[in-house]
This record gives sequence, C-alpha cells and structure tokens, in this order.
Amino acid sequence: MSKKYSPLFELTVSRAKEFLREPEALFWVFAFPALLTVALGLAFREKAPDKIPIGVVAGQTAQTSDGAIKALATSPVLLPRRYGREEGLKALATGKISLLVDPGPPVAFHFDETRPDSRIARLEADDALQRAAGRKDVLAVRSEKITEVGSRYVDFLVPGLLGMNLMGTGIWSIAFSVTIARSKRVLKRLVATPMRRSHFLLAQILGRLGFLIPELIILVGLGWLAFGVPVRGSLLLLVGTCLLGAMAFCGLGLLVGSRVSTIEGASGLANFIMLPMWVLSGVFFSSERFPDAVQPFINALPLTALNQALRAVMLEGATLPQITPQLAIVAAWGLAAFVVALKIFRWR
Amino acid sequence: MISPTTPSETAVRCQGLVKRYADVTAVDGLDLEVKSGECFGLLGPNGAGKTTTIEILEGLTQPDAGVVEVLGTTWEKDEDQLRERLGISLQETQLNEKLTVGETIRLFRSFYKEGRDPEVVLAKLALEEKRNARVGKLSGGQKQRLAVACALVGDPDLLFLDEPTTGLDPQSRLQLWEQVTDFRAGGGTVLLTTHYMDEAERLCDRVAIVDRGKVIALGTPAALINSLHAANVIEFASEPDIPEDALRALPGVAEPHRRGPNWALPVNSLTESVPALLALIERSGARLSHLSTHQATLEDLFVSLTGRALREES
Repeated sequence: MSKKYSPLFELTVSRAKEFLREPEALFWVFAFPALLTVALGLAFREKAPDKIPIGVVAGQTAQTSDGAIKALATSPVLLPRRYGREEGLKALATGKISLLVDPGPPVAFHFDETRPDSRIARLEADDALQRAAGRKDVLAVRSEKITEVGSRYVDFLVPGLLGMNLMGTGIWSIAFSVTIARSKRVLKRLVATPMRRSHFLLAQILGRLGFLIPELIILVGLGWLAFGVPVRGSLLLLVGTCLLGAMAFCGLGLLVGSRVSTIEGASGLANFIMLPMWVLSGVFFSSERFPDAVQPFINALPLTALNQALRAVMLEGATLPQITPQLAIVAAWGLAAFVVALKIFRWR
Repeated sequence: MISPTTPSETAVRCQGLVKRYADVTAVDGLDLEVKSGECFGLLGPNGAGKTTTIEILEGLTQPDAGVVEVLGTTWEKDEDQLRERLGISLQETQLNEKLTVGETIRLFRSFYKEGRDPEVVLAKLALEEKRNARVGKLSGGQKQRLAVACALVGDPDLLFLDEPTTGLDPQSRLQLWEQVTDFRAGGGTVLLTTHYMDEAERLCDRVAIVDRGKVIALGTPAALINSLHAANVIEFASEPDIPEDALRALPGVAEPHRRGPNWALPVNSLTESVPALLALIERSGARLSHLSTHQATLEDLFVSLTGRALREES
C-alpha cells in the first residue's frame, strides 16, 4: 500500500506507449521526413549548369551560318543547333530554344526579353560572335566559382524539413489522440476519476517530447552524413530551439483537438492550420519570395519563426541573442494555444 | 478505507431531478434515496432515463433542475473529495485500446491517493492472465470486467455501475455479480442500472422502476413482486384466440395482458387456475398452441405497470 504512484508519470508513459504502438505514426514521424530529405537532396544535388539551347538559321551563305555555329559553340553556356527560319521561330515561341540567331550579315538576335535565359543567351552569343570577329577584351577579368557548403539547396532544405516535422508531429499526433479519446469516451471515463485535467494535457505534450531526440538525430544526422549539411551553431541551442518548437506545436495540437469529436473534423482543422504554413513558412523555398506587403504576416507565423531560427543556428552559427525574437514568437504561439485549449477543452 | 467525513445514513439523495435534451425530457422530476451499505437498482427499458440519472449522480452531467447529494455533500462543494471516494463504470466503458490490461489498471490506480493493489484487483476479476494483453484485443466480458476493476482500484465507498452486464456471457455475469456481493460485504454502497430483472432480483436490496424519466414503483424486489398479487404467471396461446372477458372471469386471474402472441395471466395459485383455463379452452373448442408457467418476476410487474415489455423483443 505504501507504493507511490505519480499520475503525471503514468499518463506520460501511457501516451508514449500509445504512440509507439501506432505504426503509421512512427512512419510519419521518423521514416517520412528521412525519405523526403534523401529524395529532395538527390533531386537538387549540384551538377554543372545546363547549357542553354539556341538556334541558328541559314545566313546569306552557308559559310556564315557554319562559322556562326562554330563561334557560338566556343561559349561554355550555349548549345547551338541549326534551324530553318519558320521552325526556329516556332521553337523560340514554344520555349524549346532561348535565342534564335540570324548570322546575317547583319547579325540579328530573336529573343524574348522577359525570359532571363533569353537575355543570358543573347549576351553570351553576342560576346562569342564579337570575339570570333576579332574583338579584343580591353579589361582582363578572372572568374572564381564557388559551391559552398551551407549555400546549397539541401542545406536550406534540412532545417525546413525539421521545422515542418516538429509542426506535423505535434499537431497530428496530439490532435488525433485527444479526438479519438473523446470520440470513444475515454476522456469521459478519465474525468470520472480524481485525475487532474492539467496532468492529462501536460502528459500529451511530455509524451511527445520523448520522441524529439530520436527525431532530431535521424533528420540532422541524415543531412550531415548523406549531404554534409552542417550544424555551425551550438548543438545545445539547436536542441533547445527544437524543444521549444515542439512544445509550441503540441499546444496548437491541443487547440485543434480541444473540441472536435470526429477524426474527420480534427483532420480538417489540422490541415486548415498547417497548409498555409507549409506554403508560406519557407519549408521548401524561401518565404522572401512572397510580396513585401505580406511579409509581416508570414514572419509572425510560428513555423516561419521556427524555420528562421533553425536555419540561423544550423547554417549561420547564430547564438541565442540573435534568434531570441524568433524564439519569442514561437513561445508566444505555444503559450497562447495551450491556455486557450485548456479553457475551451471539451472532456465529453 | 477512508471513513466518511460526515457519517450519513444516506449515500445518495436526489429530488426533483430534471434533464431535458433538445427533443426529449430524459429525466422528468425524479426522486431517489440510496441508503449507505445497500445495493440499489434502477430498472427500466432503454430510454427510460436511467443513464442520464446515474450520470447526473456521478457529477458528469448537469441537471436542469433538482437537488443532488452524494455521500453527504454536493458536487459543487466537494468534487475533488467525492471523486476520490467513488468508483464508476460507465455504460459501454471505453478504455484506451493501445494499452495493456496491466497498464490500464495501473494508470487508474495512479489517479487515487489511496487505493487497492492493481494486481489484487486484477486477480479478483480473473484478469491476471490477461495482464499483458492489449485492451483492444479483449472480449466484451473481459473489457467489462476491466472496467469494473478500474472502478474498484480506487477503493471506493460508493460504486456506480451503469448496465454492468449488458451483452455479457453468463460466466462473466456471474463473476461480476460476485464482485458486487463482495464489495458490499466490505461495507460499500452500490447503485446500478440494469434492464435485466433477474439481475435486480439477485443483487439489489431495493429497486426503483423507472419509466419515461420517473420512478413508477419502488421497494424490495420481493415486495414489488408481491404487489402484483400474483405469485405465478401463466402464458398461453390458442387457436382461435380466447376473448379477454372470458379470461378475466377465470378464478384467481388478476390482470390478463398480452405478451407477444401470448396471453399472460398473473395468478396466485397454479393448481386453481390452470385446470380452469384448460377447461375454458376445451369449452370454446379452441386448440392450445402454447402453455407455460413461471414464478412472477419484476418483468411481469413492469409489464403490468406500463403495459409494455421491458425489452421490446423482435
């Protein structure tokens, strides 16, 4: 009889076991982000930039077009091919080639000024033809090419996926687990005991945090081993940031699951909350691509702030003071969500 | 065992209980009093308002009107203390299917300051061999036994059981009945709902028959049955049918009524009424297609009180 039982501990362990016994959940939390990292990392690995295809039409004489093709082929970025006039204009219009060269004389360039590739091709073609015609460069220049670790797509991607995973796991797992408990009247049975309601909600969050470290090891470890994605800042700060992010999204998960009594309802609400952040918050591409007018809104989203903080720590080696504003945004969301969820939570 | 803070003869009292839902009044001015140490049964058909009543008493549902007093106090005043002293098994209790039996009982034990050893409770309900089985894999009877185990593990003074044996196999029923008897032997009070008359007769000291949100009869099972003024019931059917007037005229027949295709005749003495009935059928030139007799039960009482069977059999 003297045996001591801690309800918070028992609830947390139960929650963790429940999660571990859900094979689908394990897939989404651990395997899916790993697969996504590998797939996207491979798809966007660096390779020599593609050559720009351009067309050359027959000039006044066969020699002028042969000479033009030869001259253009000396450029490292152009891929010239011979076209008939009609055929060439059509290829340009449909985007198969970026530039159509009429070697003349006089030389004429057909291109679409709104296409960056067309403009590059025009400058390169002009350069190549001028040199072939004997122009001498008056200024000597030297090109230095860089592919720095930390500036590649996969470096951008891994922190984004980490943030997305913290959001997805927190919101899905908690919203679903409390919704199922409510729809099956497990909650009703629990509130018929002396259990403290805050213990139940807290256990949902603690149970989830237990999986944070393995999750981090898999994603960050995979990025590092497979693609050399760096962690330039303090590892402790990275873990702390993830912990805060995970807790904040757990709070949002509780909010999503606070009143609905069907899985369909919970899933609709979860998607409604997460979809904008998948698109806007800079998971797969930088959120700065969106217009300036919406930037304040985007920056206030919890996933944007978390992704910014994660990228700053991993890629730029940021320290705590540098990411404090972002962490404050994340913490504010989590706290507000938890407080509201606790208030409006429906137990039966 | 916690001793009651205020020694009270009454474990549960409610007066003028009303609960309305959008389209129906589930409880319609219901009064009850359950004495300490007794086993009290709420008996009635589905939809009579039993579950709503018991959930109001359990502090899980707010009544629209009425006074509720449990263990000498009220839910508003002492919810936390009451929860420590109550054991509750909801109708079709659902427990987390991903947890094992052992984990579930341990979890429930952890909610109570004082309680019983989970292992002992599992053993009592013959679940110790299922300790490592997931709740989702249990049979209906095992799940219900686990639900009762969860109600008992906090060592309650008052046990609420909402249809504890509905849909159970006979063996599980007997095991649950034993637990109720056992719990009472330790001084506990039980309030249960059931629509099984035999369960109420077997377990309950007193029974309230509930219909349409009201108590329509109250007393010990024996007294209620006696109020039928008939110790036995004859059921018969014949071809062609015998008119009601002719049946009423038979010696010792109280209130003939229909039960399915049969006539049911509450009678005091079978030896007096059965020969008279057979003679009547013979005289009418009818052919007997069914004849049976049984001791009067609460079911017969319910039928005679409401004109409806307790369970609408199809």
